[in-house]
Amino acid sequence: MAEQESVISVRGLRTAFGAQVIHDNLDLDVRMGEILGVVGGSGTGKSVLMRAIIGLQEPEAGEVSVFGTPMRGKEEDEAFEVRRRWGVMFQGGALFSTLTVAENVQVPLREFYPQIDNQLLDEIARFKIHLSGLPPEAAYKYPSELSGGMKKRAGLARALAMDPELLFLDEPTAGLDPIGASMFDELTRNLQETLGLTVFLITHDLDTLYAICDRVAVIADKKVIAVGKIDELLATDHPWIHDYFTGPRGRAARLGHERQNG
Amino acid sequence: MAQPADFTEEQLPDGGTALRFSGALAIARLGDLDERLRAVSANVTQVDISQIDHIDTIGAWLVHRTARDHGAEITGADSDAQRLIAAIEGADDVATAPAKGSPALFVLHELGAAVISTARTFVEFIAFIGQCVKGALNLILHPGRLRFHAIVQHFDTVGVRALGIIGLMSFLIGIVIAQQGAVQLRQFGAEVWTVNLIGRLTMRELGVLMTAIMVAGRSGSAFAAQIGTMKITEEVDAMRTIGVVPVEALVLPRIIATVIMMPLLGLYASLVAIIGGGLFCWLTLDIPPATFVQRIREVTPLTDFYVGMVKAPVFGAIIALAGCFQGMRVHGNSEEVGRKTTAAVVQAIFLVIVLDAFFAVFFTEIGWD
Repeated sequence: MAEQESVISVRGLRTAFGAQVIHDNLDLDVRMGEILGVVGGSGTGKSVLMRAIIGLQEPEAGEVSVFGTPMRGKEEDEAFEVRRRWGVMFQGGALFSTLTVAENVQVPLREFYPQIDNQLLDEIARFKIHLSGLPPEAAYKYPSELSGGMKKRAGLARALAMDPELLFLDEPTAGLDPIGASMFDELTRNLQETLGLTVFLITHDLDTLYAICDRVAVIADKKVIAVGKIDELLATDHPWIHDYFTGPRGRAARLGHERQNG
Repeated sequence: MAQPADFTEEQLPDGGTALRFSGALAIARLGDLDERLRAVSANVTQVDISQIDHIDTIGAWLVHRTARDHGAEITGADSDAQRLIAAIEGADDVATAPAKGSPALFVLHELGAAVISTARTFVEFIAFIGQCVKGALNLILHPGRLRFHAIVQHFDTVGVRALGIIGLMSFLIGIVIAQQGAVQLRQFGAEVWTVNLIGRLTMRELGVLMTAIMVAGRSGSAFAAQIGTMKITEEVDAMRTIGVVPVEALVLPRIIATVIMMPLLGLYASLVAIIGGGLFCWLTLDIPPATFVQRIREVTPLTDFYVGMVKAPVFGAIIALAGCFQGMRVHGNSEEVGRKTTAAVVQAIFLVIVLDAFFAVFFTEIGWD
């Protein structure tokens, strides 16, 4: 196998809010075409890491590069070329509340390709909404008329609008019922296979980790303390990793995964 | 960079037409492909994509749509393209957009909806006042439940923190009244009457009215936004489940604080306006401060002070009621908070001015003129 290319590369990242240091000397690589799960206790800075990568949080030190382009110190308009190659789904969907779902999906398209006519935009919005697993009539609804799970799917549809190569998902299954959560997992896996996506996925959901993640990165002590397949992680002797994967929920998720696979 | 997306039409021996795509069928390289595809009128029986460099979901959609519209067959798709096309096929079931009626009906509909919502708001407002009165009666029966800390805190935000801006505003208004009054009265050689104008106008009308408008903008809006945000984050619901009555905990302290603060602020505003006017008189009309104060005391009857002080608490109550009422009406999303905050300020200022008109007639009728 050829050496795998890094889509995201983080080196020596340090982020802090005032005196409170969130990350210190953090390194992370996300490889082309993988689904990388990011786990860590509450408050360890999983979302902050994502925000630092996508440029919403200015790091104090370190290098972040996406698709080989260094991202630090870039102004909003400079990272244009990189921005059109990624899609971000925020925890609550972060849909624009004054626009319908279809209009939400069209926002990035209108922004980057103003020449596309309305008819094609409508068609694109329709099949993106279909891809994200929403019923067709959801296209004309406003975010306030959607349930939490549907908002997440609509957020995903918007993140997918530009056919991104890289997808950031912030806790996609949090707050979904187990059936909805496993459907979302399946959807993520399908999209990743069909569209050849690289996925950066923050989650607390052990089932998601077992079901769809190629590798898992564990954040603790302000660093990524381990990256690898779950079995490899278990081979390390960090107490948090053990507590995480071998606690009652971890065991249940593992059993469920093994049962499903044979 | 890959070639732009393109296609050629080719006559097939069986009488049909084949569309042969080439280049990158991706959103960035589409150009006018969409329009040209729609314009194809030949009897297409085959869509060939074996020559393309690259395809994304939008390219796949265009291929799929063309094939579907013409009843053609897609050939030459590699496994990636096949997967993409399969993934989007299901998007064919079209959900129709909600139908739009005629413009005339739309106007009538909007008008009717506005009338109904205004009427409903009015009824709800009356009900809200009722709730507040009931809450106040409860407080009188159980004075221990009065939230003294909250009231003092609102004294600070409604009253103390408004002193600077209300003082500045009133000072300037005092100067404006004096200056404009002097210019007009000079025509009759009655410049000295400027003092009457300042004293009576500020004590009777402007001091309290301008303060009410400022308090509505500062505190009425803040009440609506605070309570509205608490509604959205379900804090108000949490209170109810714990057994705390929202009217008692959120609404009454704000109303009580505003009712008490308004007369104080109104009097303060009137005095500062008189100082501003006096300063103007001293500097440009050569009326020394001692004379000015003496004149003010002679020409401004005590009833003017009463008029202002009777109106002020009523205005305060109206402002706080409107702010809290709109805040409690918030439900749904954060946009609603902004809308209701605006409504609170508009409603408060409107009601204040309507009431002020009633008061003006009333006080004149009872001889306090």
